[in-house]
Amino acid sequence: MPALLSEIINYRFEIFAFLLFGIGFMNLLLQKNLIKKIIAFNVMDSSVFLFLASQGFIDGRAAPIVVDGVTDVHRYINPIPSGLVLTGIVVSVSVSAFFLALVQRLYKRYKTVEFDEIMVLAKKEAEK
Amino acid sequence: MKREWLSRFVSWVETGSAAQPSANARPEKRSGAPAGGGAVKDARKKDRYRLFFNTYYTVAVIVCLTLVSVLIYTVFHLPFFGAENSPAANEVVKRYVEKGLDETGAVNIVAGMILDYRAFDTFGESSVLFLAVTSVMILLLRDENNIDPQEDLASAHEMVIEMDNQDLILQKVIKLVVPCILLFGIYVVLNGHLSPGGGFSGGAIMGAGLIVYSASYGSVSINRFFNMKTFRALTTSALLCYALSKAYSFFTGANGLPTGIPLGTPGAILSSGLILVLDICVGLVVACTMYGFYALFARGEL
Repeated sequence: MPALLSEIINYRFEIFAFLLFGIGFMNLLLQKNLIKKIIAFNVMDSSVFLFLASQGFIDGRAAPIVVDGVTDVHRYINPIPSGLVLTGIVVSVSVSAFFLALVQRLYKRYKTVEFDEIMVLAKKEAEK
Repeated sequence: MKREWLSRFVSWVETGSAAQPSANARPEKRSGAPAGGGAVKDARKKDRYRLFFNTYYTVAVIVCLTLVSVLIYTVFHLPFFGAENSPAANEVVKRYVEKGLDETGAVNIVAGMILDYRAFDTFGESSVLFLAVTSVMILLLRDENNIDPQEDLASAHEMVIEMDNQDLILQKVIKLVVPCILLFGIYVVLNGHLSPGGGFSGGAIMGAGLIVYSASYGSVSINRFFNMKTFRALTTSALLCYALSKAYSFFTGANGLPTGIPLGTPGAILSSGLILVLDICVGLVVACTMYGFYALFARGEL
């Protein structure tokens, strides 16, 4: 049992990232409010960033900014996940903004952001 | 009134007789359905809705729990957290860290990586931002194709309220704070190759400064120096500058020619070749985009 516990403590960032991913995914599927769906999507994004950042960390090493001209690979953490997270954050911001703009258009048309109500109203409109 | 439709829909689904011949409750059995049986078709439709309502939540929860448990099971087979010999830290990392300073001239290895080795990727990223603000503009910008008299009335009313209720304390504080925010943003952008930060974070800070100014002083005041024209000119020229400078360095690099751009001494502000220029371009695009998102969502115009 202590072995499992120490494993869990060791992998705490990864486990938390995947729990966060699950929370976001479940909300994405179950929430009816479109704004809350977008928030859930952002929670999923953050969990992926946390996972990537935790994969790049190496114990006892510094951030990848060269100090005093020392270019030894054993002194700095892995810079690649940091770059990937940077890309991911920008794409996530863009996608969220696009989603929110679509929701605003839907709200202007149907006066609601509840997904099921929009479906009913759209069906009604199509039948006319 | 909105709820009324929903409850009527739910009752419409609920009232159908459950004893209909629902031999196959699959959603795609439309093809062979006889056109004559309108009632049968209706009942089948209701069956389908009921099946969907009953199973959707259960299936969703089961899928989520399975996914999370599989992922957490996988975690225990990953390399140890913070391990030195994890497979992610391979020869690419070695190359970036050991040769990065000589080849790019950037003290910040991440900046050297994303703006030199992987600059094409970062160009795509800036283009994604530009594309996002363009699509938001298509959806929300109020122009001759997208006019709603009621909305125009509401925004005019809001403008009157804004003009009548100028908050003195807020405006004086903002007057003090905004120059500092913009200056800090510029500092972060210009030191992107020397310290943590860079085009994206600095641009976001500058965009936040513009947003704060616009929120406290109103659109009329900010339009004096930042309007649609400046937005267009800044974003397109920054992206074009990025594309051209990177095209030049790709062209010379692929043909084995010397670029003729001095890398400078590492640590100096004017060093690391094109990275400073690219950082400024990215910072401008991000600042304009952040403010553009705010203005489009708040007022429907820049």
